[in-house]
Amino acid sequence: MNAAVLAVAADGTRPINGVALAVVIIIFVAVAVMGFLAVRWRVTPADRGLKTLDEWGLGGRSFGNWITWFLLGGDLYTAYTFIAVPAAMYSTGAVSGFFAVPYTIVLYPIVFLLMARLWSVSHRHGYVTPADFVGGRYGSRTLSTAIAVTGIVATMPYIALQLVGIKAVLTVLGLGSGDNVILQDLPLIIAFVVLAAYTYTAGLRAPAVIAVVKDLLIYIAVIVAIVWLPSHLGGWGGIFDAAQTKMSAVNPATGKPVGAIIPGATSFNAYWTLALGSAMALFMYPHSITGVLSTKSRNTIRRNAVVLPLYSLMLGFLALLGYMAIKAGTNPVDLNGKVNPQLVVPQLFLDHFPAWFAGVALAAIAVGALVPAAIMSIAASNLFTRNIYKDLLKPHATPAEEAKVSKLTSLIVKFGALIFVLLMDQSAAINMQLLGGIWILQTFPAIVAGLYTRWFHRLALLIGWAAGIAYGTFAAYSVVNPVTHAHFGGSISPFPFTDVPVYIAVSAFVINAIVSAVLTLVFRALKVKDGRDMTTASDYGADEGDPKVAAINADDRWVTPSPDAPIV
Amino acid sequence: MSATEVPTRGPARPAPYVISGVLLVIGIVVPLIVPLYARTDPTLFGMPFFYWYQILEVFLEALLLWIIYTIIVREDRRRRLAVHGDRATDGGAR
Repeated sequence: MNAAVLAVAADGTRPINGVALAVVIIIFVAVAVMGFLAVRWRVTPADRGLKTLDEWGLGGRSFGNWITWFLLGGDLYTAYTFIAVPAAMYSTGAVSGFFAVPYTIVLYPIVFLLMARLWSVSHRHGYVTPADFVGGRYGSRTLSTAIAVTGIVATMPYIALQLVGIKAVLTVLGLGSGDNVILQDLPLIIAFVVLAAYTYTAGLRAPAVIAVVKDLLIYIAVIVAIVWLPSHLGGWGGIFDAAQTKMSAVNPATGKPVGAIIPGATSFNAYWTLALGSAMALFMYPHSITGVLSTKSRNTIRRNAVVLPLYSLMLGFLALLGYMAIKAGTNPVDLNGKVNPQLVVPQLFLDHFPAWFAGVALAAIAVGALVPAAIMSIAASNLFTRNIYKDLLKPHATPAEEAKVSKLTSLIVKFGALIFVLLMDQSAAINMQLLGGIWILQTFPAIVAGLYTRWFHRLALLIGWAAGIAYGTFAAYSVVNPVTHAHFGGSISPFPFTDVPVYIAVSAFVINAIVSAVLTLVFRALKVKDGRDMTTASDYGADEGDPKVAAINADDRWVTPSPDAPIV
Repeated sequence: MSATEVPTRGPARPAPYVISGVLLVIGIVVPLIVPLYARTDPTLFGMPFFYWYQILEVFLEALLLWIIYTIIVREDRRRRLAVHGDRATDGGAR
């Protein structure tokens, strides 16, 4: 470790790696050009200018198998994942890091089961967001607004964390150590302004094009690393031995081992609830649903569920880079001179590969931040436009107005995330992301149950949602970091009335589901008025050839509520 | 909403849905049974069982989903044919 420390000056300033930086800049510029050109990509002359939400915010609802595979791969496996998963493996081992593998395994049966139905009903009714669907299904504007606000609030810190991913790359490259605050963050600001500009111009088509480049680069980087590094570091046996040694050391603050490379029996429940809860939550995030709704046919997402696990394979290998960094003695020192585990993967590439190849790998991570950041900002903007602006403020907004509002909102969302990262402590973004994961899972009962049954009462779902959010927020706040004594110290806490440690989002979800079910029975017994369902059973099996509801009767979502079903 | 109630598919047969439902439950539950794989031995190229087994599971899951896909799409196509005749499509395996 000492030799590595010497390579970085004591105050954390780093020399700029010219070759690697040049490669990153070239790839970044190429990607930006592609992003702007995407405005003409697969656009019919009539749709030039992307004047509707379907065109701007869903890429014309036209993506086939290949584009969807790249787009969803780029969307779900974000730069923050690439940075945070190996960082967790490097710091505390399997439970907080490797759960990402079973998480992205059990994800796909869930996607297979749910998303084709969501696609069909959205296709029939022209839904752009999950809140559109909930509003149409339950006839409750309050419930759809709750879903929309949850989606926006959960997405914002996620966008901010993509910036954290770019920042890790820039730090390792030697940028960002200037004295002036503006100068220090200038590369990050430039990257985000360019991203905001092409997302504004080309909408979802920009990240779709860029995702192809990003995914290919990341596959190349990970495959090369996983083939070459283990033999270079003396084999897998030595890598796991080094990790074992680090994890069995006793943490002076807690008196317990730092971590474990194989979870012990006490953390089994944490491991599987983290995996299941994250898998259930991921496709409730607006950016995932945007990816699903941009596909051209009902079964595109199912075919993708079969082949997307290839990305999970890559994520598993990427996680193991965290252990390789332990064996290699990688020293992730941040600009302030402190160890920052988030720098391990970029640092590992820079230490062990030629500068040009390290540049390719670092560019893959940086570009990997741009794709999800673009899709997330589009998804959040669509939610705002459809479920707040149109539903609450201007019910008669035209499709062109919708597109305009959404484009402007995407700029606001991105600059909000940028300011969040520049002005606030990084741990604030991480805490918010932790909470966001808990919150977004509370939209699961309304969205998923709605795909199969109209049994739940709209008011019961709303109260269940509130109960889940309240419990989840309180439980997360109550987790105290044993070292820093700060709140929001983690995402694991005992299941209510037991001492079994589980993922808080799952406990909150169980509370949410029970409250929703019990109150539905109560409200039915009391004959509390329920909303009107605008969907029919046949909508859930519709495919691209089937006529859209809008073609039969004009948009009647809110404009003409029937007198017997007042809107809550 | 009688105006929009045009059936998109014919009635379902239970068997394909029951079979694929069971397979989906297996695909969700089995990877979450941690005691099944939280062990070091047998190692593979020096990699503990815990790690190589979960990586192997990625392939098993893809295979399982492919089987479910073929079952479901065949039934979907049959139901669609029952209503649409020649207009049946599953979006095409492009």
